[in-house]
Amino acid sequence: MTTTAEPTTELGKARTRKEDARLITGRTRYTDSITPHGTLHMHVVRSPLAHARINGVDKSAAEAAPGVVGVYTAADLGVDAVGLPCAWPITPDMKSPQRPLLATSTVHFAGEGVAVVVARTAAEARDAGDLVEIDYDPLEPVLDMEAALADGATLVHPDLGTNENATWVFDSGAAGTGGSVDEAISAAEADPDSVVVRRRFRQQRLIPAFMEPRSCVVDPTGEQITVWSATQIPHILRTMTTVTLGVPEAKLRVIAPDVGGGFGGKIGVLPEEMLCVALAQRLHKPVKWTETRSESLLAAHHGRDQIQDITITAKRDGTVTGLDVHLLADMGAYLGLVGPGVPILGAFMFNAIYKIPALKFTCTNVFTTKTLTDAYRGAGRPEATFAIERIMDELAAELGRDPLELREQNWITHEEFPFTTVVGLTYDSGNYEQATQQAKQKFDYDALRREQAERRARGDKVQLGIGISTFTEMCGLAPSRVLGSLAYGAGGWEAASIRMLATGKVEVITGASPHGQGHETAFSQIVADQLGVPFEDVEILHGDTQSSPKGLDTYGSRSLAVGGIAIVKAAEKVVAKAKKLAAHLLEASEDDIEFNAGQFTVRGTDKGKAIQELAFAAFMAHDYPEDMEPSLDADAVYDPENFSFPHGTHLAAIEVDTETGKVNLRNYVCVDDIGTVVNPLIVEGQVHGGLAQGIAQALYEEANYDDQGTLVNGTFVDYTLPSAADLPSFDTAVVSTPATSNPLGVKGVGEAGTIASTPAIVNGVLDAIRHLGVADVEMPTTSQRVWRAIQEAQGRSTQETPVDTHSPGAGLGSIDPNNPQGEVQ
Amino acid sequence: MIPAKFDYVRPSSVEEAVTALRDAGEDAKILAGGQSLLPVLRLRLAAPSTIVDLGGIAELRHIAEDGDRIAIGAMAAHHDVMRDDLVKQHVSLLSQATETVADPQVRHRGTLGGALAHADPAGDLGAVALALDAEFVIAGGSGTRTVPASEFFVDYFTTAIGEGEILTQVRFPKYTGWSTHYEKFNRTAQAWSMCAVAVALRLDGGSIAEARVGLTNMGTTPIRARGVEAALVGQQASEDAARAAAEHATEGTAAPSDADAASDYREHLARVLTGRAVLAAAG
Amino acid sequence: MAQVRVTVDGVNYADDVEPRMLLVQYLREKLGKTGTLIGCDTSNCGACTVHLNGRSVKSCSVLAVQADGGEVLTIEGLARDGELHPVQKAFNECHGLQCGYCTPGMIMAAVDLLGDNPDPDENEVREGIEGNLCRCTGYQNIVRSVQRAAQMMKPGSAVPAESAAPVAGGN
Repeated sequence: MTTTAEPTTELGKARTRKEDARLITGRTRYTDSITPHGTLHMHVVRSPLAHARINGVDKSAAEAAPGVVGVYTAADLGVDAVGLPCAWPITPDMKSPQRPLLATSTVHFAGEGVAVVVARTAAEARDAGDLVEIDYDPLEPVLDMEAALADGATLVHPDLGTNENATWVFDSGAAGTGGSVDEAISAAEADPDSVVVRRRFRQQRLIPAFMEPRSCVVDPTGEQITVWSATQIPHILRTMTTVTLGVPEAKLRVIAPDVGGGFGGKIGVLPEEMLCVALAQRLHKPVKWTETRSESLLAAHHGRDQIQDITITAKRDGTVTGLDVHLLADMGAYLGLVGPGVPILGAFMFNAIYKIPALKFTCTNVFTTKTLTDAYRGAGRPEATFAIERIMDELAAELGRDPLELREQNWITHEEFPFTTVVGLTYDSGNYEQATQQAKQKFDYDALRREQAERRARGDKVQLGIGISTFTEMCGLAPSRVLGSLAYGAGGWEAASIRMLATGKVEVITGASPHGQGHETAFSQIVADQLGVPFEDVEILHGDTQSSPKGLDTYGSRSLAVGGIAIVKAAEKVVAKAKKLAAHLLEASEDDIEFNAGQFTVRGTDKGKAIQELAFAAFMAHDYPEDMEPSLDADAVYDPENFSFPHGTHLAAIEVDTETGKVNLRNYVCVDDIGTVVNPLIVEGQVHGGLAQGIAQALYEEANYDDQGTLVNGTFVDYTLPSAADLPSFDTAVVSTPATSNPLGVKGVGEAGTIASTPAIVNGVLDAIRHLGVADVEMPTTSQRVWRAIQEAQGRSTQETPVDTHSPGAGLGSIDPNNPQGEVQ
Repeated sequence: MIPAKFDYVRPSSVEEAVTALRDAGEDAKILAGGQSLLPVLRLRLAAPSTIVDLGGIAELRHIAEDGDRIAIGAMAAHHDVMRDDLVKQHVSLLSQATETVADPQVRHRGTLGGALAHADPAGDLGAVALALDAEFVIAGGSGTRTVPASEFFVDYFTTAIGEGEILTQVRFPKYTGWSTHYEKFNRTAQAWSMCAVAVALRLDGGSIAEARVGLTNMGTTPIRARGVEAALVGQQASEDAARAAAEHATEGTAAPSDADAASDYREHLARVLTGRAVLAAAG
Repeated sequence: MAQVRVTVDGVNYADDVEPRMLLVQYLREKLGKTGTLIGCDTSNCGACTVHLNGRSVKSCSVLAVQADGGEVLTIEGLARDGELHPVQKAFNECHGLQCGYCTPGMIMAAVDLLGDNPDPDENEVREGIEGNLCRCTGYQNIVRSVQRAAQMMKPGSAVPAESAAPVAGGN
């Protein structure tokens, strides 16, 4: 990453992170490390079947097992009528099944809890779990979205009368924000000088796979019930616990201590969390639950899983005239907290950076007997970006054009900002030419194109492809009025407070809730600049509803663009108060007080007070203006007026071994415009990590079910995360067109790499083998899939690619955890 | 996460171990390095009544020259095997294949004997032992016996080690001066082999005087590719010869189908990788 | 119950444990060494990596009783006399961590790697830490951290810190 001279302000400085000190020494406090005296341990007995009627639960043997305090079904706990919340009814007539804490009469996915065991140790709870006898009557699993929508399909929730959750439509023609897609398609079909390109893309099911398994501890002792949870959303969790269980909000304290990654996967109100609350209340003891990795992969929400039917129309000269998007989105068995809205978050991003005059988006959400899906890094936007960037390459291939040139022909030029898109969003800023030009230069685009031509000409075994993705995304969730118009069950503001301590140090309270992003460092830098105090003197408090009572937490690249601005607003109030106090103490008019770098001075004199002196004076309160309180502290709640729109150009050089199908990512260049950079070190880290996750979708990861509805990727053996040895170093850079929608000019970076990289990789794979006749390879583009695609393109038929069979890995080798016939010697 | 309860015995000699195994009955399991057994126990895919831990038997960790053989104790860790100078000099194929096993932490704990006795067809070392005609020394109640590699691998996770017996040593003939290569193909770096090919060649001038070829994960046991060996002997170590010999790679295999590779793809890989391994070994 | 006597981070312990107790559980639950973390149950992720008798191992795949008589070093014992280990320093300086969950295992794996190969190239680092999964960093800055630590650990090396910010105490 290119760096410039070290700036004099904190903003832009590559500060090493404050939070590292505890993380590199093991002085951490993740939820599973918290065990109050007397803690009881909960184990969830989960259904091995995807769809089954529960005839009975025999608890007697488990209840008699050593150390067991109790074995409970939902009815035993009196929570059988309790349903977990879905906060996003995307349409007024959306079908919404009750999502129980534990299945009562029917289980709807493999991994759903049926009973819980509480014991004195986790091992005893686990032992007794094996003794709970559940009598199931298997029902037909519902696994395929299209079949689930057909007449006569088995219904996941018969009382809903359908497997369709909702259909959500945006039509630019009807909305008045653009033309009619139906007309664009008819016109293109009738016009010999136009083309219509139709493709079906598959967004495979993914698992967020944060490194810290989920965990919660609920301590009912004391006046407030304390809930520690490995969550991204402590504030939302508190409110939702009240909504779900009726515990008064003021009697709940939720703490997200150190949290080991989330990526959207820890945005949820979990049945296990609610069960721990109910059990702690009942047993008057702390109750703890920590999932195993296999439980996590099975039962924590999954992501993506869409079928995308995309139609693009264009003139033969390359001008795009319309885009029609039809999605099927698999919700799984129930609706997650924001699950039905995830595909809708992509609705406004299919037009991406292009001037597309007509767009229609139709998404049908479908219930199946699989683990529910919800947010996963990018949430809706990676799916949209994948589809548009893939179809742009397909259009380029159809027209025989260079795919980058075709993009340039259609994108919004930098002179055209602010630009209102076909879906009615206003992009405030951006410069696609600049990012692309830099990326091409770093990548040596022309040289690689020459190498590609040479390899093709000589029929090299290893073919080269160039993958392109010129992406944008909407960040900073979100203007509350926009969320309101989408029927989302909350606002999009963020809160901050600043406490000026007597000793001159500063405590900053944020409603954002970090889990690896580096908030403590980045926010300290912002406050140091705003108040003119040393970086080291700023302490960031977060993730505890008692110290940080108000907030909407961390997701959707919102922490800086919304939470950071709330801090700026609070700092402005502190400065205003300090100015008033300074004027009083310096016996000057407030208009004559200047504030610079922490000093309040009287214009034209050498008289002044440091902000720390003013904090102390406010604390002493011996002398202060009559019309103010003796405090410099301030709160702010910031509601953004618009989203922010980072963008970037990503280029991947992909080698495909045509003999084995193995894909090798040789080089990856990206130039991202994320607005003002607070900390380049953190930005670089976010980009790297995002790229790795997006690349992992393209190359490595998939969650599959067998024909019985059993997840076959139930361990890290089968759900293959890339290791360091599977990824290259990335060549990343940033350019900055500051956002005009917020005072810092920031845009957000947390999801950029993930959103951009997946189509870049797949486009690169196809670019390497398109000349062999290959038009598509489903994700992940494993060696086997690539090899089969080449064989089929050459007219050689091959077997099916099986996706539902265990492959050997890690300590288990060839032993299939779902089907352990091979006994271990 | 937590294994089911078991009794634990840690004998300090092979004799004690054999006695302990006999006493524990048929639900006992032998713990060597534990890198396959412990994950299985943690997922409760097995629940032995007794674990007999061989970790306390110092005599099982040796790596020594024994006449025309290199004798390796069953409890020698992968890390020690792959770094050992004797192994590098005389059984370089074993050294090369062991380097590809799992990851450094697992190689620190995992053992040669444990991996071979586990007999996972996707494991890398079986193909090497088979190709190199290793011998397996097995101790039991009635003393020790030696089993050739050709008889050791019986089936999926099944070897010639009988109930109450313990693998104590693996003996490799010396292949001093042979040219060797282990060609491994996997989905991610830490995954087991989708398919792998072990090749040892004795080159005489530019031609192949002798050849040993073993295949990983092409059947329920490791497989000796005798057809490839026969096709190589007497040939120049050329690309054409390697490719022609590789066409024999799937003879006698029964390639499994799984998510990484259905059998036709695995067979194709076996041919491609055999060709590459031969060329790489020939240098 | 079985007895386990071990030295952990320089302190001797003797405890009766169930034979089924994993070394990582012993460290966390019996000794309160919660700096070592658990990320999976199949020995893939490496979050639980510690050193046992001088070698990196996954403490989720070792029984506590197997460590009997041994010496264990965890992330909590790596810094000596208040001075961070160069690998710890390098992870901070090169931003080799985000959420921190893989970090203790990653650092312990890296320390072992550098003991084995004091000057690894990029590929050697990548292969040396292939038993440790990270979901945040994309590994690039971890690789950089390990290589930087290698520089710092070279005899007579005086690699300057990239940042003036002190590490211990964090601010």
